[in-house]
Amino acid sequence: MRGDSGDAPPLLSVRGLDAWYGRAQILFDVALEVRAGEAVALMGRNGAGKSTTLKAIMGLVPARRGAIAFDGRRIERFEPYEIARAGVGYVPEDRRIFADLTVRENLEVGRRPPRPGAPVWTLERILALFPALRELLDRPGGRTSGGEQQMLTVARTLMGNPRLLLLDEPSEGVAPIVVERMAAAIEALKAEGLALLVSEQNLPFVAEVCDRVYVLERGEVRYSGAMRDFVADEAARRAYLTV
Amino acid sequence: MLSSFAVQFLNGLAGASALFLVAAGLSLIFGVSRIVNFAHGSLYMIGLYVACTAAQAFGKGPAGFWGAVLVAAFVGAALGAAIEIAVLRRIYRAPELFQLLATFAVVLLLRDAALYLWGPEDILGPKAPGLEGAIEILGRAFPAYDLLLIAIGPAVLAALWLLLARTRFGLLVRAATQDREMVAALGVDQKWLFTGVFALGSALAALGGALQMPREPANLGLDLVAIGEAFVVVVVGGMGSIPGAYLAALLIAEIKALCYGIGTVNVLGTSVAFSKLTLVAEFLVMAAVLVWRPWGLLGRAQAAVRAPGPPEPPLRPIGRGASVALAALVVALAFLPLAARGYPYLTVLAIDILIAVLFAASLHFIMGPGGMPSFGHAAYFGLGAYGAALLVKGLGAPMEAALLLAPLAALAGALVFGWFAVRLSGVYLAMLTLAFAQIVWSAVFQWDEVTGGSNGLVGIWPSARFADRSAYYLLTLAIVVAGLALLRRVALSPFGYAMRAGRDSPLRAEASGIPVARVHWVGFALAGLACGYAGALFAFAKGTISPETISVGRSIDALVMVLLGGVQSLAGPIVGAATYTSLADTIMRATDYWRALLGLAILALVQLFPQGLAGGAARLAARLRERAR
Repeated sequence: MRGDSGDAPPLLSVRGLDAWYGRAQILFDVALEVRAGEAVALMGRNGAGKSTTLKAIMGLVPARRGAIAFDGRRIERFEPYEIARAGVGYVPEDRRIFADLTVRENLEVGRRPPRPGAPVWTLERILALFPALRELLDRPGGRTSGGEQQMLTVARTLMGNPRLLLLDEPSEGVAPIVVERMAAAIEALKAEGLALLVSEQNLPFVAEVCDRVYVLERGEVRYSGAMRDFVADEAARRAYLTV
Repeated sequence: MLSSFAVQFLNGLAGASALFLVAAGLSLIFGVSRIVNFAHGSLYMIGLYVACTAAQAFGKGPAGFWGAVLVAAFVGAALGAAIEIAVLRRIYRAPELFQLLATFAVVLLLRDAALYLWGPEDILGPKAPGLEGAIEILGRAFPAYDLLLIAIGPAVLAALWLLLARTRFGLLVRAATQDREMVAALGVDQKWLFTGVFALGSALAALGGALQMPREPANLGLDLVAIGEAFVVVVVGGMGSIPGAYLAALLIAEIKALCYGIGTVNVLGTSVAFSKLTLVAEFLVMAAVLVWRPWGLLGRAQAAVRAPGPPEPPLRPIGRGASVALAALVVALAFLPLAARGYPYLTVLAIDILIAVLFAASLHFIMGPGGMPSFGHAAYFGLGAYGAALLVKGLGAPMEAALLLAPLAALAGALVFGWFAVRLSGVYLAMLTLAFAQIVWSAVFQWDEVTGGSNGLVGIWPSARFADRSAYYLLTLAIVVAGLALLRRVALSPFGYAMRAGRDSPLRAEASGIPVARVHWVGFALAGLACGYAGALFAFAKGTISPETISVGRSIDALVMVLLGGVQSLAGPIVGAATYTSLADTIMRATDYWRALLGLAILALVQLFPQGLAGGAARLAARLRERAR
């Protein structure tokens, strides 16, 4: 595989992942890896299976098959809460803010004890990363804007001190200014040593921060390699991304 | 007059506290687990029994009384946790109605456990020491204990509020009420959260029961009474809302107290007994609230449940082979009286089963293809039965005419109630249908001059031509088979497609030109009509009918039959009704503890066949076919 470096075992390793919704198979033999401290993009058109891949890793897809290892442990039979406790943080595409809880309470729900090998987050450090949330702490989560909710959902997951963050389409449906802020935040998270798997359609957004990229098409991995190679490879981009 | 109203108002406040304790626990449990816990009323009943026994053991004195109340609450908590761990934890992913069925099985088990432990006689609890007397308020005596009850309601409300607002447990409960999958994805082990909520809710129910010690004797009928009242309060207040539960409890208790206070008055020359309204007051309130604010006073529209099950498989018309087999079965059934000559009871049981099959199939018609779970289907059964009885007894009509016309009463009832019901969905629809059934029940129960009140009507026998059991059996068979064929035909017709489209995606169905509410309304009415035939057949089969024909228990029977057979299969209600009726009949005659056995059988079936009997069989067949390929 191009762009890989180091001999340490990957933090996350997915092999032969199949997933179904009802009778419809969505994922076919998906394989991918994320190393400690690495930012990896998961790209593809609408319906390619990006969100399903992240959900399947998190144990949120009812039917799946395959091997998923995290931090040296097999987690494919874990419950979602056990996967989260193992150190995988999941940020859903539709944000799923607890609308009746205040922003502060939303963050509190995500709080878990610090874990070795992962950045430790306190409310103060979260607010330093997303200063816009400070003003909103006592407002119900449901009465914040889309961009604010996007920051809150990332912040809430960070409160669990994950080692790997699964980010589902963080740039979708938010204003360009928020996209910029999210990009900056991701950059900062990576600098902290957090590993990231980011599902995205917005290439400029991930081109900056991600080291490697996997591209899905109809539930299969069709391309994998270093991000700079993919950016340079116009044919590949046209084949897998443009509509 | 004024002082009388003041005392009634205080009575209402005391009643509100009692209602609130039970309803708050139910609401809490529903909010987090989305399970409508039928067994909640049983915990109330057990709480009262345990408190009475403990108070007797502890002896007189305040410590004995209040110690007994505390013990009851702890027993309730332990029992609730045990039920959650042993039964519900395995079926959180099962369809909503299956969870309901499982909790109903727990009701049966607990009822027989109480029968075994405490016997069938009512048990009187002690008065609260120091609070036995009455206090004079505006010149009228008011029980001192009730003043304490008035204070306990708001105190528990405040304590619950603090728990939910100020503790991490409360925070997680509120988060899980909104999106439990997301809570899990954030690393919260919901198993213990759910167990905790069940324990807390059950403790409240048992506490509510225990506090009734000085006010009512413990008896075996309390479970269904308590669950009925608690459901109404929770639905009126908004499911999952604790303040809503208190508000609703207050509203209902005060309206009831007001009805007592007004008594009988003369309106336009006829005397209207408001005190009789108390039996239906809560259901009238619920019907009004559900029509005006479908999500309750302080509730909000339920977001779609986050963990959707797999989509319902489409109904399939049966193949030629199966049609031939079915026709052969009907012919074979027609010869049953010949075969059963030596065992006349077999024909009686067969009539019961046939009637149950039509009853269940008519409920299935709206539950399966229509997606409308009715908890009050007995209303249409009762309207058919009473319609037939009154035509024969009151108007002297021949049986044939009565059988033909009586179901029109059920049709009329279904048209009226259905018009309201199709505007709601899910649990709310179920509760509204329950409310309507209770209103019909109460009208029949109280209208002595016409319906015979609680005694019912007797001597409703078939005409001479069908007086023989075998002849009546053949008549029943003919009508039931015709009814089933009609329901099946409609379910597989374009009208049936429209019903199912409206069930699966109301918005898309509307957008493609299907008037969903009207289609479901017509379906509801048709089911009511078919159910009316079952009721009319029932009246002539038994010769005697009573308000029991319309009771909650009968509605639940139908639900159990449908769920047992499987909701998404046309054969389901037939298999379910036959299994349930023969099972109930067999064990009922074998033991006093038939409820517990039935409960265990249901629990076993729920764990083994989450798709119902017919659904399970179809699945097994599909698997075998796949293996053969």
